[in-house]
Amino acid sequence: MESKKRQRASYAAALAAVTALLLTACGSSSTGAANNGGGSAGAFPTSGTGEVHIYNWTDYIDPDQITAFTKETGIKVVLDTFDSNETALAKLQSGATGYDVVFPSDYMVKQMIELKLLQKIDVTTFPNGGGLKTTMQGVYWDPKREYSAPWMYGTTGIACNTKAEPKCANIKSWHDWFTVGLPKMDSLKDQTEVVSAALRATGVAAADLCTTDKSKYSAAADLLKGFKPAVIDSDSGIERVIAGTSNVRMAWNGSTHRMTEKVPSVEYIYPSEGLNLWADNMVVPVGAPDLDNAKIFINWMMDPKNAAAESNFTGYDNGIVGSDAFMNASMKSDPAVVVPADKMALISPTPACDQAARDLYTQVFTTWLGEQ
Amino acid sequence: MTVAQTEKAKTKLKIEGRPGQTSPWLASPTVIFLFAVIGIPLAITVIYSLLDRAKIGMGVVWTFNPKAYKDLFVIENLDGTTGLDTRYLKVMWNSFKYSGITTIVTIVLSIPIAMWIATRAESKRNILVAAVTLPFWISILIRTYGLRQIIDDNGPIGWIMHKVGDANYHIIYTPIATVIGLIYVFLPFMILPIYASAERFDFRYAEAAYDLGAKRWTVFRRIVIPAIRPGIYAGIALVFIPALGSFLQSDMLGGGKTNMIANVIALNFGQARNWPFGCALSVFLILITLLFVWIIRKLGARTGTEVKLI
Repeated sequence: MESKKRQRASYAAALAAVTALLLTACGSSSTGAANNGGGSAGAFPTSGTGEVHIYNWTDYIDPDQITAFTKETGIKVVLDTFDSNETALAKLQSGATGYDVVFPSDYMVKQMIELKLLQKIDVTTFPNGGGLKTTMQGVYWDPKREYSAPWMYGTTGIACNTKAEPKCANIKSWHDWFTVGLPKMDSLKDQTEVVSAALRATGVAAADLCTTDKSKYSAAADLLKGFKPAVIDSDSGIERVIAGTSNVRMAWNGSTHRMTEKVPSVEYIYPSEGLNLWADNMVVPVGAPDLDNAKIFINWMMDPKNAAAESNFTGYDNGIVGSDAFMNASMKSDPAVVVPADKMALISPTPACDQAARDLYTQVFTTWLGEQ
Repeated sequence: MTVAQTEKAKTKLKIEGRPGQTSPWLASPTVIFLFAVIGIPLAITVIYSLLDRAKIGMGVVWTFNPKAYKDLFVIENLDGTTGLDTRYLKVMWNSFKYSGITTIVTIVLSIPIAMWIATRAESKRNILVAAVTLPFWISILIRTYGLRQIIDDNGPIGWIMHKVGDANYHIIYTPIATVIGLIYVFLPFMILPIYASAERFDFRYAEAAYDLGAKRWTVFRRIVIPAIRPGIYAGIALVFIPALGSFLQSDMLGGGKTNMIANVIALNFGQARNWPFGCALSVFLILITLLFVWIIRKLGARTGTEVKLI
């Protein structure tokens, strides 16, 4: 399985969504109880008993860290996993209340706040709340960090095995990527990533990726028409690159780091039109059984040492100041993980579009899949 | 006999009805269960397909909107024009094609296997039937992962093909891989009903046909096939219909490129977040499936063999 996360678009996700549909007759009307705004009052809890129920991406938390957390705090961790933001949303919206800490991505946090699914926890008042990197403050999905604490973040670019396929080193842009036509090329199966990259390649600015101008999507669709990768798949990328069945791949930077560990000739390409930055978060849903344990857990994970341990496990950078000191040397020296200064300007948040734009994304993506 | 006794006898008679029959209320747990696991989800699917989707998040809002059905066939092009949307019809056609090929190949493979099992000694037959069901002991997900390793370019088959000189061997992530996956998964569902028919076949008929001068092919065509036809029809129903709705094989073995209808349904419940449209696609699939059940029953009726599916 690829990446310690991000096996989006998978059948399991769909199954879970269908199950959620079948189990809830009331669909979107169940937005849960009113916001529990009083959660942040009082002194910060320091020790706990019982359990903390966490709901995280598949293979996205270090099991050794869970053991260490239990040892230090006396709180047992119960882990459940999801494999796409949509799965997690469907579950919370269907009224599941068994979770204390959930790990949604940026745009999903925004939606969950709008749907009143999250509790206000005021992360900046936590003992470790002062240690957020500036890039992880004032974020669009939660400007004051009232609801969400940072977890891992990363970018979506291109992994290229320069030894097995020297021509892929010539890929400098998304436009190159969509037109180069190399063998053993893989794409992610993710409509936001594929369509936003095609929009960027046809000249749409980062700030304009949620446009509803149909002519922009028309140009992107035309570009995609000639793009026929060998595989369209969001999982198994790491194993395929290591096995040599794939040499060029649209990939997350953390996955690329893990490829590089096994195949040193794999490089991470920052396309010149820019690339998406996604950031995952820790949030507390309304109806969490144990708010104190949730806060203890989140605060513990925001300790620089623990955040670094999670980065070493996942291959992604985290949002905590001072964690670099505890990170593996191979992580710190990998330009896939630590964004080089001259590439900083290329990065912009993954577009969080409204329904109208999302529908256009879906239309372009479905048409492209149908042309394969 | 007193009045009370007569009443009692009457009541008893009423409950018992025919010999061996008990109160129909005893069936209520089954009826309730079927209603809960089939009736309610089906009703939700149909109802949701006629609603608006939620503005944000997942799910639906309770306003009537049949747009999902229009979207099945009408596309609003990016240049502002509208036209016939062939995308979903194409995907449907793909599903039909792959399921059809799967059904034909499984029939061809299953008849000799089933006949062979049916002609073994009785003690051996049970072992062989158990062997056919052996794959069910392992999760379909794991088996499909396994198949992916086996038919991969770098897998054992690829290794052999390269050794014998076929350097171009490449099956994984093509429609062929999808169909291989479907055949592999559904083969037992064809073997077992054909075997059930073949087991009841009196092979003395075949001998008699030989004695009367029939050639091998004639015996097979005119004696054996009619005898196992109910099994074949049942097998078609058990293979073709579930294959239409499968999506694991096209996703994992087809490289995500050979879309079947279930893949599109999954997309709409996930990333596209269009539950009404996902439901409309499901209803579309159900209607087509029902059409096929009806056709298979008709075929059965025409040839005088009873096919009980539902």
